[in-house]
Amino acid sequence: MPKISKDRLLNAPLKNAKGMGSTHHGHAHWMAQKITAIANLPLVLWLVWSIVSLYSQGASYELFTSWVAQPLHTILLVALFISVFYHAVLGAQVVAEDYISNVAFRKFKIIGSKLFLTLLTIACVFSVLKIAFTAGV
Amino acid sequence: MPDTIAQKSKRPLSPHLQVYKLPLTALMSISHRLTGIGLIIGTLIVTGFFLAAASGPDAYNMVLDFAETIYGKIILVLWSAGLYYHMCNGVRHMIWDTGALLSLPAARTANFVVLTAAALLTIGTWVMACGCWRGM
Repeated sequence: MPKISKDRLLNAPLKNAKGMGSTHHGHAHWMAQKITAIANLPLVLWLVWSIVSLYSQGASYELFTSWVAQPLHTILLVALFISVFYHAVLGAQVVAEDYISNVAFRKFKIIGSKLFLTLLTIACVFSVLKIAFTAGV
Repeated sequence: MPDTIAQKSKRPLSPHLQVYKLPLTALMSISHRLTGIGLIIGTLIVTGFFLAAASGPDAYNMVLDFAETIYGKIILVLWSAGLYYHMCNGVRHMIWDTGALLSLPAARTANFVVLTAAALLTIGTWVMACGCWRGM
């Protein structure tokens, strides 16, 4: 079996057979970037406006947790975290692909940022749900 | 006879990024990516804040106390400016995707619109946060 060159590290064998052409995954990536961007727009504006509004009311612990615990807010926060972190993963990947020429480091950076941002997503979603289920108890 | 790679590398390169004064459109393009990276760093703070709130009132108040310091405020102001810039320029990217605003004069006008909108949103947010304006 021929040795796989570093350029082709972690690529599907079918792609090697077809000769390094387009993997036809680019469109889905681009589309997901745009769709999450559209979702982020109202969600992030809502979050910023909510934080400012909570802050102007004193932002006490009880106020904040009871705000998070309202079902609509809990749902929107979870949606926001998933959309924002997905958008961040895609953006970090594009930046790594464009600026890191060392193949091994580039793949390390892409996989690492995906795992790390997934961990942050889980932490945020867990925190919001924990607050939602325990606030006022 | 074809040059070896070693010979090729000694050839003078054509002038590059270092010698050109980047036009505003190019500066705004790279700023979109830089603010994107900055916002990813910001997600660490968001995660820290929500984890603190999920841990209890002590951790929550600690984060709030830090936000009240001058460092906290500087971070928040820069963060909001970066967020609004990325947001406004992102809207322009979506308009570009439709094929509109791609001519040079339109791009220059849009530069101005994006920067103004981002600045106004940032200022507006902080005016609201400071309680100077009670319209909302």
